[in-house]
Amino acid sequence: MGKGVTVPKTWREFPQRYRLEASKCNNCGKIFFPPRLICSNCKSREFTPIKLPKEGKIYSFTIIRTPSSEFKDYSPFAIALIELENGVKIMSQLVDCNFNDLEIGKRVKLVFRKIQEDSSSGIIAYGYKCVLVKS
Amino acid sequence: MRDVAIIGVGITKFGELWEKSLRDIFVESALQAIDNCGVKKIDAMYIGNFSGGLFVGQEHLGSLLADYLGCVSVPATRVEAACASGALALKQAFLEVASGFSDIILVSGVEKMTDVDTGEATFGLAAAADREYEAFHGVTFPGLYALIARRHMFEYGTTREQLAKVAVKNHKNGAKNPHAQFPFEVTLEQVLNSTLIADPLRLLDCSPISDGAASVIICPLERAKEFTNKPVKIIGVGHATDTIALADRENITTLRATVEAGKQAYKMAGVKPEDIDLAEVHDCFTIAEICAIEDLGFANKGEGGKAVEEGLTDIDGKIPVNPSGGLKSKGHPVGATGIAQIVEVVTQLRGEAGERQVKNAKIGLTHNLGGSGGSVIVHILEAM
Repeated sequence: MGKGVTVPKTWREFPQRYRLEASKCNNCGKIFFPPRLICSNCKSREFTPIKLPKEGKIYSFTIIRTPSSEFKDYSPFAIALIELENGVKIMSQLVDCNFNDLEIGKRVKLVFRKIQEDSSSGIIAYGYKCVLVKS
Repeated sequence: MRDVAIIGVGITKFGELWEKSLRDIFVESALQAIDNCGVKKIDAMYIGNFSGGLFVGQEHLGSLLADYLGCVSVPATRVEAACASGALALKQAFLEVASGFSDIILVSGVEKMTDVDTGEATFGLAAAADREYEAFHGVTFPGLYALIARRHMFEYGTTREQLAKVAVKNHKNGAKNPHAQFPFEVTLEQVLNSTLIADPLRLLDCSPISDGAASVIICPLERAKEFTNKPVKIIGVGHATDTIALADRENITTLRATVEAGKQAYKMAGVKPEDIDLAEVHDCFTIAEICAIEDLGFANKGEGGKAVEEGLTDIDGKIPVNPSGGLKSKGHPVGATGIAQIVEVVTQLRGEAGERQVKNAKIGLTHNLGGSGGSVIVHILEAM
């Protein structure tokens, strides 16, 4: 069980996981992460690749205490919806923090981390997590 | 389109049914529904099932279940929309009868979830979210609803106690439901002190992992009296989608698919929220019921928690919500839930709900939601 990590999928998603590549609609300017082939707002099919900003703020958060099987060794951990500086929201783990310090509106920045692995001998999937910005 | 009526219902006990298989519970509920109206032959079957593949390693349920019901050669269609699979099966069967293509259709919902452990069930359930951009990061279903709950509390001042009161109310109703997985009452203190699952949601805010099946038989309204003297007409159907990922929604405290499906169903039925005598809504988590009663128009946006607190949704309140005990107390065998809601409303509209009967129930609504609101189907039923 646990097909969250496979070689083709992990390879295919490098641009999003490693480089935060999104796409901006050439017609209406709406930004999509991950990139799409048609704009849900104006139906345009022309996009320009962009890179998401690495800072944002907490839109909502929770602490996962009953994880799914592939995250059982990480529990408990914080997960948040982050509103980035350009208004795009992403789901990300919030790490290196005291759970009591988490609040809606607090500033965070994205960092590069290991996300999960395909068993002890399989490949490791890396990607973004976020940490609180010290004020 | 022809008018369509529900003429027979059947439902198994919900719970950890380790002694029974997926096919066993399906057949048990289907035979009850068949016996309930005495149909001799069914023209087609629709089965709502979320993930036979991940929970029991079995797909191709149409063939399997037609076979075990003794109906080899009957066309059987398995329908999937996560936790809304059951209601979607009914919608598709409704269209097939309304169009004149078939007359007598068996519509079932079934899910067998306790053959795997909690971690694997949680992985399976996460298939209803965005696997690549939500579940990949470790968020679970309680986690997604916890994000909604925290934002709802932040924007509207909804309180932890108001969330807990949804569970207290639903368990009070479910205590009177012999099919319920947890047919007992819980106190506010028990909910508030139960184990944290995904802050701020606790164990008693969450519907359980369950096995169960439910079935109904539908036919053209003009033929209903051949089989029953208490037909229930399907007067409204609404179905809408929203983005699968919460991150792609401008606002996560309103479930747009609920608003849209509700509007469609009210319009088709020619009724307003205040005309509804009872509702079975999708309370997979306590916050989900608060969002649902707001988005269906039973309470103003942001005032769902207050409405629950003031008893508006109690069984003797202005709009009784989840007289069955809801997913919270009755159990949530994912694919079966949408049909179980229909079974409850039909039972109420027939005046056969016993101790949990809502007085003078003529028009009832069901709200079945998939994932974190990516799919919603609303049905409105009327006693004939």
